[in-house]
Amino acid sequence: MAAIAAPTFSIKDFLAGEREKDLLRFSTAGSVDDGKSTLIGRLLYDTQSVYEDQVRSIQGKGTTAPGQIDFALLTDGLRAEREQGITIDVAYRYFSTARRKFIIADTPGHEQYTRNMATGASTADAAVVLIDAGKGVLVQSRRHAYIASLLRVRHVLVAVNKMDLIGYDETGFRAIERDFTLALNQIAEETGNPVEATFVPVSALVGDNIVHRSTAMDWYEGPSLLELLESLPPAEETRTAPFRFPVQRVLRPDHTFRGFAGQIASGTIHPGDKVTVLPSGRSAKVARIVTYDGDLAEAPAPLPVTLVFDLELDISRGDLIIAADSKAIVAKSVQASLVWMNQRPLERGRRYLLKHTSQIVPAFITAVEHRTNIATLAREAADTLEMNGIGVVAIQLLRPIAVDAYRDNRGTGAFILIDPETNSTVAAGMITAAGSAEQIGAPVDTWGRITPGEREARWGHRGAVLELSGPAELIDSVERSLFSIGVVSTRIETGDEAFLLHPGLMPIVTNLQVQSGLLALVVTSNEGSVLVARAEGHELTLDAANPGQAIAAIHRLLRETAIFIPSEKAGL
Amino acid sequence: MAAPATLTQASPPERKSVSPRLSHLQLLEAESIHILREVASEFERPVMLYSIGKDSSVMLRLAQKAFYPAPIPFPLLHIDTGFKFAEMLTFRDEMARSVGAELLVWRNEAAIAAGTNPIALDTKRCCGLLKTQALLDALRHYNFDAAFGGARRDEEKSRAKERIYSFRDSAGQWDPKNQRPELWNLYNARIHPGESIRVFPLSNWTEMDVWQYIHEEKIPVVDLYFAKERPMYIRGDALLPIEQTFVARLGEKPQLVKSRLRSLGCSPCTGAIRSDADSIPAIIAELVSFRSSERANRAIDHDQEGSMEIKKREGYF
Repeated sequence: MAAIAAPTFSIKDFLAGEREKDLLRFSTAGSVDDGKSTLIGRLLYDTQSVYEDQVRSIQGKGTTAPGQIDFALLTDGLRAEREQGITIDVAYRYFSTARRKFIIADTPGHEQYTRNMATGASTADAAVVLIDAGKGVLVQSRRHAYIASLLRVRHVLVAVNKMDLIGYDETGFRAIERDFTLALNQIAEETGNPVEATFVPVSALVGDNIVHRSTAMDWYEGPSLLELLESLPPAEETRTAPFRFPVQRVLRPDHTFRGFAGQIASGTIHPGDKVTVLPSGRSAKVARIVTYDGDLAEAPAPLPVTLVFDLELDISRGDLIIAADSKAIVAKSVQASLVWMNQRPLERGRRYLLKHTSQIVPAFITAVEHRTNIATLAREAADTLEMNGIGVVAIQLLRPIAVDAYRDNRGTGAFILIDPETNSTVAAGMITAAGSAEQIGAPVDTWGRITPGEREARWGHRGAVLELSGPAELIDSVERSLFSIGVVSTRIETGDEAFLLHPGLMPIVTNLQVQSGLLALVVTSNEGSVLVARAEGHELTLDAANPGQAIAAIHRLLRETAIFIPSEKAGL
Repeated sequence: MAAPATLTQASPPERKSVSPRLSHLQLLEAESIHILREVASEFERPVMLYSIGKDSSVMLRLAQKAFYPAPIPFPLLHIDTGFKFAEMLTFRDEMARSVGAELLVWRNEAAIAAGTNPIALDTKRCCGLLKTQALLDALRHYNFDAAFGGARRDEEKSRAKERIYSFRDSAGQWDPKNQRPELWNLYNARIHPGESIRVFPLSNWTEMDVWQYIHEEKIPVVDLYFAKERPMYIRGDALLPIEQTFVARLGEKPQLVKSRLRSLGCSPCTGAIRSDADSIPAIIAELVSFRSSERANRAIDHDQEGSMEIKKREGYF
């Protein structure tokens, strides 16, 4: 039965208070026995963020003494996890205090640790690192701190847990504080990202210094873990950084409106501000900042808005709009820290898809500069990175994109790599340096003549002829859509004088191109209302009035005829 | 080609100032709108699963915001089990009309005609036919490659580990051990033909956030959420709506109870709660004082331990 709110409770005051609350995201990591699940369970329970039926469902279960609640059970979600008594995947938890709302990215410590910790840290403003007071600083804690620093999680809260088991001994706590501060300094030096650490002695099981300050440790005068979380500065202050706006979508409801929808990655924008569009380099002024709730006079990161400019510019999804007085690099190659996340190791020279802000560009890794041993922080020579490996690599892009260094901008400095055959997300990347088209990484060290297999692996397709006849504008769009996913194509107009004079020339030219692995577009422009596409004996007649569907159908045709290399042929 | 980008406005647009610090609702809204725009831009045929509940209502408003002033660029799909409350269907049709979105309704007609219900079968098999099977059939029929759902991670334990882009194989199934890592706000939309992605733009919202947003944004919700004298079968602690006669056990007679629904599902499997909350602030006040997870009165989640996880593996949202 629903309880009645206490008479002193005022819904008006409550809602006014809620409106003021901000949001802090933090990650935790740890293994089964260092008390991480207990700590999270305790945070949820002591802030009244757990529902009664959830508590009832775990009472009398678990591994704690009779009468005590096994808080760990509140957080073990999946059946397989309960059966095996382990945590498999990142879990997200939510709780709220009178001052702010919190999102916890709770990452398991034992299996695929690096991949999960990096995932949790990527959106975190703070990291809670657990150290078992009885065991001191273990590799696990260093690893978590390293990943937090690599992903630029600025605040690290070190919870020295199980203080009750060492008799709340200050000397033990201080020794850990000393050891781990030393480790954090080394980590900051290696990653180049400063770490601000605060140490708190806690007992998650008993509840000391988690939510409420402990009375068992007079020598500690600092705040509890929750008080610290409540007092950290809110989500990384990005509104004062240079303006960055990746275009997600062009909105054109009718002829009178053309706006560019996106989420402000950093900075603040006003009507009248001058901006530059990259990679084209053209400039314009902001005429309006449009939202459903009315036009804005000012919009800070990370608001989603739609920008309208004073001039007509050719802007499309994936372009980066920046403050005209700032600089981003239009790069054809980048150097990046990489966290490898897939069973299949990194392959140099293999074609990956790099997703950066709202665009995808084909890319290949030209060199592994080194691999970092997280336990020792040593840089080791390496040819590849395996699952959970971290290193620095050089990447070549098939098309230039506008980027920032990750240390300057998390939004425009981060990317993921996707394997185009399996479509898996194989790596997370953080740009450390970027170069223009001329700066090329180490050459691929393969000998001999380039084989068709090598071309296919890099380009993602084999040689073929695609005949297109229809409106020229639609054919241009088809060609561009292929270009944008990295297809290496040529274009031959059937009306070209050379072919009219020498009818036998066409097959000779296209054969050579097909043998070289190119996709030869043989194009006949006309004024018709249909687009006819032909490849390897298949023919499609497509309605030119619906360009999106026509383009999609042609891409499907190229997949179905295996001109785009299917996944079964991986690893040529 | 393109029309000129700027136009003279008949009247100057409204200027709204933004407070120096963004609230948690503004931040959650920003994240959701970003997701909606990514999906609309990266998939060929997205669809929004519209279940008529409060979460769907919020999701729909976010979609209006994401594409404003353009219309919502994908249709809404409602999976109708035939056991939805009559008020829900009226509300659904009015809502779709008022936002100007295309509404598709799909029913597993064969199973409905065969008299499928949760008492003749069990809730698990009934959901399997009327919800999961219907959903998979609809997605296949229309060839949708991405489907938005309003599920939140705080709803249920197995949801806490769900991705924002949840990858489903060509049979629509979820493999919790084989999900793609999801970092920053970079979502991997790549799929092979036949595969699809379920997208959860409200992943990081809590039940409280949803109600507060409905309050702040004045979003319409179905009347069933508000307390009223309603006829109910009283069975122990449970209040069962009388919408379907087969719910009644021998000799049970409905009684008027001041009650409301906390989540909207199929009438035979959705229990009401006793409540006096007849406005959104009152619902929020109730939520503050009230510590039971909202799915606790849905029969489907506690058929057996891990039941939601099992359903999701089979293709359920």
